[in-house]
Amino acid sequence: MANTQAMCTSFKVDMFNAVHAFNATGVPAHTAGVADTFKAALYLTSATVDSTTTAYSSTGEVTGTNYTAGGVTVTFGTAPSSTSTTAFITPSASIVYTTVTLSTSFNAVLIYNSTQSNKAVSVHTFGAQTITAGTFTLTMPTNDSTNALLRLA
Amino acid sequence: MALVTTIHGEMDDSLLEKKEGSLDNDNETTSWVEYWLDGELVHRSVNMALKRSVVGTAIAASIA
Repeated sequence: MANTQAMCTSFKVDMFNAVHAFNATGVPAHTAGVADTFKAALYLTSATVDSTTTAYSSTGEVTGTNYTAGGVTVTFGTAPSSTSTTAFITPSASIVYTTVTLSTSFNAVLIYNSTQSNKAVSVHTFGAQTITAGTFTLTMPTNDSTNALLRLA
Repeated sequence: MALVTTIHGEMDDSLLEKKEGSLDNDNETTSWVEYWLDGELVHRSVNMALKRSVVGTAIAASIA
């Protein structure tokens, strides 16, 4: 046997589950057994959403027929998991914007926590798109340690 | 015959010109379908599968 320096993989999964609080300041309220609500908002190619984004903002967000500011709810029906030393989670359903018209090009989606003051989670970019009286579907990758949408390695 | 949602309401697809395309690169696999009426784009839907994960690296630093 030997001791090995590491960040415990269980801790990485716990981070997805908001188990640990290292500082009393800013610790959000959670209800035991109740997951937060996450949403996905689309952003124009002219917007700036990136690693410095701290929370959802309507600045630079798409507008159009049948699109509601703030975007749509993201379903995380599968609990965070881990394989080897990587913790991961992926939405359990596609993110779908149904029968929208988004005439100005957009190329990013911001996933954020609408329960916790709209705090940002991640930004995903893609080739610029427009939608005309149609549906924009973001199909999720396989939920595993190499493909999951969100991973802590 | 099938109905397509367009900017002019639901229309019979036999009245429309259908165009389809796809894109596959390191970031995404995307397919789209468009319907045109007399040179006007009246419907465009996109299905996109993202390939690149967002990865955070967790590090436990040495104390000594």
